Amino acid sequence: MSYVIDRRLNGKNKSMVNRQRFLQRYRGHIKKAVEEAVGKRSITDMEHGEQISIPGRDIDEPVLHHGRGGRQTIVHPGNKEFTAGERIPRPDGGGGGQGSGQASNSGEGMDEFVFQITQEEFLDFMFEDLELPNLVKRHLTGTDTFKTVRAGISSEGNPSRINIVRTLRSAHARRIALSGSSRAELKALKAELARLKQEEPDNLNVIQATEQEVERLQARINRVPYLDTFDLKYNLLTKQPNPSSKAVMFCLMDVSGSMTQATKDVAKRFFILLYLFLKRSYDKIEVVFIRHHTSAKEVDEQEFFYSRETGGTIVSSALKMMQEIMAARYPVNEWNIYAAQASDGDNWNDDSPVCRDLLINQIMPFVQYFSYVEITPREHQALWYEYENVHEAFPESFAQQQLVSAADIYPVFRELFQRRMVS
Amino acid sequence: MKRQPISTGSEWTFELIQEYDQEIGRIARERYGLETYPNQIEIITAEQMMDAYASVGMPIGYSHWSYGKHFLSTEKSYKRGQMGLAYEIVINSDPCIAYLMEENTITMQALVIAHACYGHNSFFKGNYLFRTWTDASSIIDYLMFAKQYIARCEERHGIAAVENLLDSCHALMNYGVDRYKRPYPISAEEEQRRQKDREEYLQRQVNDLWRTIPRALDKGGAQAQRKRFPVEPQENILYFIEKHAPLLEPWQREVVRIVRKIAQYFYPQRQTQVMNEGWATFWHYTLINDLYDEGLVTEGFMLEFLQSHSGVIYQPSFDSRWYSGINPYTLGFSIFRDIRRICEEPTDEDKRWFPDIAGSDWLTTLKFAMRDFKDESFILQFLSPKVIRDLKLFSVLDDDQQDVLTVPAIHDEAGYRTIRELLAAQYNLGNREPNIQVWNVDLRGDRSLTLRHQQHNRKPLGESTESVLKHLHRLWGFNVHLESWQDDRRVNAYHMPPLPDPSPTAGLPVLMT
Repeated sequence: MSYVIDRRLNGKNKSMVNRQRFLQRYRGHIKKAVEEAVGKRSITDMEHGEQISIPGRDIDEPVLHHGRGGRQTIVHPGNKEFTAGERIPRPDGGGGGQGSGQASNSGEGMDEFVFQITQEEFLDFMFEDLELPNLVKRHLTGTDTFKTVRAGISSEGNPSRINIVRTLRSAHARRIALSGSSRAELKALKAELARLKQEEPDNLNVIQATEQEVERLQARINRVPYLDTFDLKYNLLTKQPNPSSKAVMFCLMDVSGSMTQATKDVAKRFFILLYLFLKRSYDKIEVVFIRHHTSAKEVDEQEFFYSRETGGTIVSSALKMMQEIMAARYPVNEWNIYAAQASDGDNWNDDSPVCRDLLINQIMPFVQYFSYVEITPREHQALWYEYENVHEAFPESFAQQQLVSAADIYPVFRELFQRRMVS
Repeated sequence: MKRQPISTGSEWTFELIQEYDQEIGRIARERYGLETYPNQIEIITAEQMMDAYASVGMPIGYSHWSYGKHFLSTEKSYKRGQMGLAYEIVINSDPCIAYLMEENTITMQALVIAHACYGHNSFFKGNYLFRTWTDASSIIDYLMFAKQYIARCEERHGIAAVENLLDSCHALMNYGVDRYKRPYPISAEEEQRRQKDREEYLQRQVNDLWRTIPRALDKGGAQAQRKRFPVEPQENILYFIEKHAPLLEPWQREVVRIVRKIAQYFYPQRQTQVMNEGWATFWHYTLINDLYDEGLVTEGFMLEFLQSHSGVIYQPSFDSRWYSGINPYTLGFSIFRDIRRICEEPTDEDKRWFPDIAGSDWLTTLKFAMRDFKDESFILQFLSPKVIRDLKLFSVLDDDQQDVLTVPAIHDEAGYRTIRELLAAQYNLGNREPNIQVWNVDLRGDRSLTLRHQQHNRKPLGESTESVLKHLHRLWGFNVHLESWQDDRRVNAYHMPPLPDPSPTAGLPVLMT
């Protein structure tokens, strides 16, 4: 007798735990491979995993076994030309003996163990140790970080939370279920009793017996309790985390005519990386995208990255817009504000001091961290030097870095967002 | 009168699988009298098959990174199409569990049913090694117990501690089996019940061994000290560790025991690979051909079947780039087929070589061969000159003291016997693995453990020996030595931790008396 069982639906990913254990054990190797990959890879294709290879000797599971050498006789199939007693020269690389033992040593450990990690695992390794700087967890302490919400009905709970309607409904149902047959019987007996009293009032024995039976049934029905512990229903309340430490990230980017295609590309990658990072690390974070040329515009993610405009450059327009949005939507006592700006360093000459003043007076006092990346292989221009003043005024919370090519993004990114101690 | 074929397309359905199973089972039982455990056929996906692969076929395994490693490498080669997955995995349990992959065609499913559910299954039930050494009815329960126990240890003592311990045990897993002593059948229930008692008892026993206060009897001094412990060398290193390692906690001894028990469970499989696969291949070949003779399968079905079958028993020759040793399927299948031929149409040569089986009832002889042998003795007994000729077997002697290789014997009249003996020896696990035994423990000195490796034909130990000794050192807790002996001469020694360079003994402190 055989049973055929369809197991396709259950037990998927049984090896998941083992896989995670493996990744955990070799995280050093994997992290190194990931960092190399990020340097090489175009940031826009973060949608797939990565191939990792680990030197075979680091990953071996050693067992006791015979080494080369000594006297070994092996039977092989497929003889073609050999005759008994024939002497064959030792083949290169194969065979045993002291001579070729050397050869095999040089080959040892060259076998790489190669495997694939998923995109999610890839990003995990990439973002490890990165964290938004100085994220002050302002309101995370105290009781108001949780709010209680109703989450249905439970059969266990605190007496003060009892749900009377549900409790009585279930008690009622239970009473019907437990006494149903007795009631039907009782009804029939009562009818019988009435008939007996009417038609055969002299048959006292039977009437008495029937009356006793009616009483017995009545007692049995009465024994079913009105309310049982089993019936009790409670309102279920659960606590939902309600972190009041919220963060908003402003992304500012120059899309003016002075930005070449390549520069825009690098800038975009920086933001994509940033954005991926934000989306992963902080569930409750809002992102505001502002792009600018001579005037600034708040756009959605899609437009921010994928639409193009040309024209001159006035950086202060973006900063002004950012300041307005901050004032209107993100009160400082509720929000941690972060900003990242990407530009090629070009600006309308008279505008750079305006930017500096805007930053120093109206933006930096309210912002946790402001990072500026300048994507240019050329000499710095006015904007960079004005921003150096800002950096002097706010050394803790203002950072500027220069990028030249896509390969520089990751180190700079790490530099900018290295885990910092909350002072 | 030909009957209607069971199916004509290549798609499988549950009904078809059931129907094939019934027909194959009917022929296996009624015509050939194969005795099997009940079958449990499970349909799984490719991914689940890789899972099963990763855990070396154990349906339930404890968590360990090495299984993750196997999974990753299987997954990689499968996704790149470098490797097809095995069509089936079968587990020696009662009921016998066979996994079928959903990607397979109905022909492949039928082949797998014949191969696993009737071939391997009857081997598990019939072969003496499996009958005496494993207990099919309790293995699933035991694996379940092992998984839970190890998970509990991880909770209590941390994943890293358990993982390190398992690493060390796995390194010595092949030395965790009793080769000659029949082990007690394993039982999860009993394990759990006795676990508590055992923990206490074991600890007491160990403490007794390491008692530091001298006993009154110890006056005999020198003579008592010269006695070795253990008195006889012990082949089961993990068992010795479990019972006598001085520093292990009770839970660690339990984990050692679990690894040991699982190694013991797989030991018969390692000793009967050629027979087991040959037997199963012989039966899928025979049973499916019978289905065809009864008109239950079509010509198209047979073509697909024969293609897979010949793929399974393909033996690349020694100079082919695909060559990686003798294919156990080919060897086993050839021998079983030849036994049948010797019984049914014996030639003069057969009558000379196999006087007792030539012309006998083939089914009885075949079952005898399956029941009472393991690979080594099976080849020694049944490898016929014809099979040696067909496979063109020849031997190569590689001696590191000589400059050239020699060919001691080939497939000719003078060489048959030598080839047969050499090939049998090649399947003797005792020859394949270095012979290493626990030799001595320095009970009153530094508590160091000495192992002795008896060299066979001067074959040295492989390069991972040092790493294994590190693991052994972790388990034992004190110094570990491994000495290689050729005959009565010590040729090599390993030490963990490695010995410092020999220094002048002048500075040694002198004991006050």
